[in-house]
Amino acid sequence: MAIPRFWREIPSRYNLIGTECGNCGKRYFPPRIICPQCHRKSFGKMKNVRFTGSGEIVTYSVIHNAPKAFEMQVPYIIAIIEFEEGVRATGQIIDCEVEDVKIGMKVSPAFRKIGEDGKSGVIYYGYKFKPA
Amino acid sequence: MEVGIVSYGAYVPRYRIKPHEIAAVWGVDGDAMSKGLGIQSKSVPGPDEDVITIAVEAARIALSRCKIDTKDIGSIYVGSESHPYAVKPSATIVAEAIGATPDLTAADYEFACKAGTAAIQTCAGLVGSGSIKYGVAIGSDTSQGAPGDALEYTASAGGAAFIIGSENVIAKINRTCSYTTDTPDFWRREGEKYPSHGGRFTGEPAYFKHIISCAGNLMKKQDTKPSDYNYAVFHQPNGKFPVSVAKKLGFTKEQIKEGLLTPVIGNTYSGAVMIGLAAVLDVAKPEDRILMVAYGSGAGSDSFDITVTDEIEKLNRNGTQSVSALIKNHKFVSYATYAKYMGKIHLRGA
Ligand SMILES: [Zn+2]
Repeated sequence: MAIPRFWREIPSRYNLIGTECGNCGKRYFPPRIICPQCHRKSFGKMKNVRFTGSGEIVTYSVIHNAPKAFEMQVPYIIAIIEFEEGVRATGQIIDCEVEDVKIGMKVSPAFRKIGEDGKSGVIYYGYKFKPA
Repeated sequence: MEVGIVSYGAYVPRYRIKPHEIAAVWGVDGDAMSKGLGIQSKSVPGPDEDVITIAVEAARIALSRCKIDTKDIGSIYVGSESHPYAVKPSATIVAEAIGATPDLTAADYEFACKAGTAAIQTCAGLVGSGSIKYGVAIGSDTSQGAPGDALEYTASAGGAAFIIGSENVIAKINRTCSYTTDTPDFWRREGEKYPSHGGRFTGEPAYFKHIISCAGNLMKKQDTKPSDYNYAVFHQPNGKFPVSVAKKLGFTKEQIKEGLLTPVIGNTYSGAVMIGLAAVLDVAKPEDRILMVAYGSGAGSDSFDITVTDEIEKLNRNGTQSVSALIKNHKFVSYATYAKYMGKIHLRGA
């Protein structure tokens, strides 16, 4: 991951900051600069909103063959979460055994390491989800 | 001005390993190790956990329990001997993750197992002088012992965060004092993965001398005696030393029971006395008096004379965030899983 890109994404990755369209009221996570429904009408009207990150699992997948950086964690769970505010996000489910994960399971956000650029590079932090 | 604890939060990773599991790998008698160290299990961080993630979790719990505006936080200090970066502060990441940036001061502390209590002292000083409204003091560690070393049975992971302020104080810090000498009982040189220690030298001239002197000085200044305290929390590098130091100072087993967690979670280093204090505050009542004494190798002790106030009744202390709930929510792992999670296995090309 490029450091400048990650740095820009820190508010959403650490604190679940998304956006809300000032024209139609639709909320987005990750944040958007313009509303895909309102286009030009949303210019300058996108407001930052903070999501709780609490919600439930819509669907999930258990990863057995992982990229090198995640080999130490297999098998692990990646899920789509629907926040109580209605928006959806993808993230890893932690502190939960593969056999215990279920669709509809309530989860809450956790702050974890999400990657690193090798042993000498930057460490990336962000949200994951754990059973609530 | 009354300075003290406004809120607190503790965090302990979910995984645990038993001494028998470690002993079996090295051909050592697990029962003897368990008995000798007074350890039934120790916490193990997940592969995606480190000092920073533990510090953030603890700080977020502390914030969720009270109603302070994170923009009123004027300082954050993170004490640890296992900061993920040698250069790049843990404290800036924690500050960002709890929404306290950018108008604050932040720094990392290092003083073996007492870096977190040094952070409490600094925050209390800044609040007391009127320089800041709130300060966040954190002790967090993911400590490692060299494979096969006695430390491998105790070195664990965990942390606690204390919000220090002067309004809505749940526990007043009546006085804090320290005792510091140059004692080479335990160290880790720059670039080394595992620490070294002076074996038996870590006991009498180090742990016992500093804690006894520091606690003695504080009680003399405060004109108190052991029986004036409802609870006492001493640094707990294993399950034996704190019991023995309590006895030498004249405290009963009953006084130290609530804050003695090393037997089940291991030595969380900078987190140790702070998680112990969190466990005490989870059950404390107004007017209860607490003595806390930290010890850090190298060497020094920080002692605190604390009185719980009526405000504690207003704090949400129940649920999944209490220390007892954290201890209950655990999963035992094998040595193989532990070695994988702790990065003791090196992958090809990694
Ligand atoms: Zn819109």
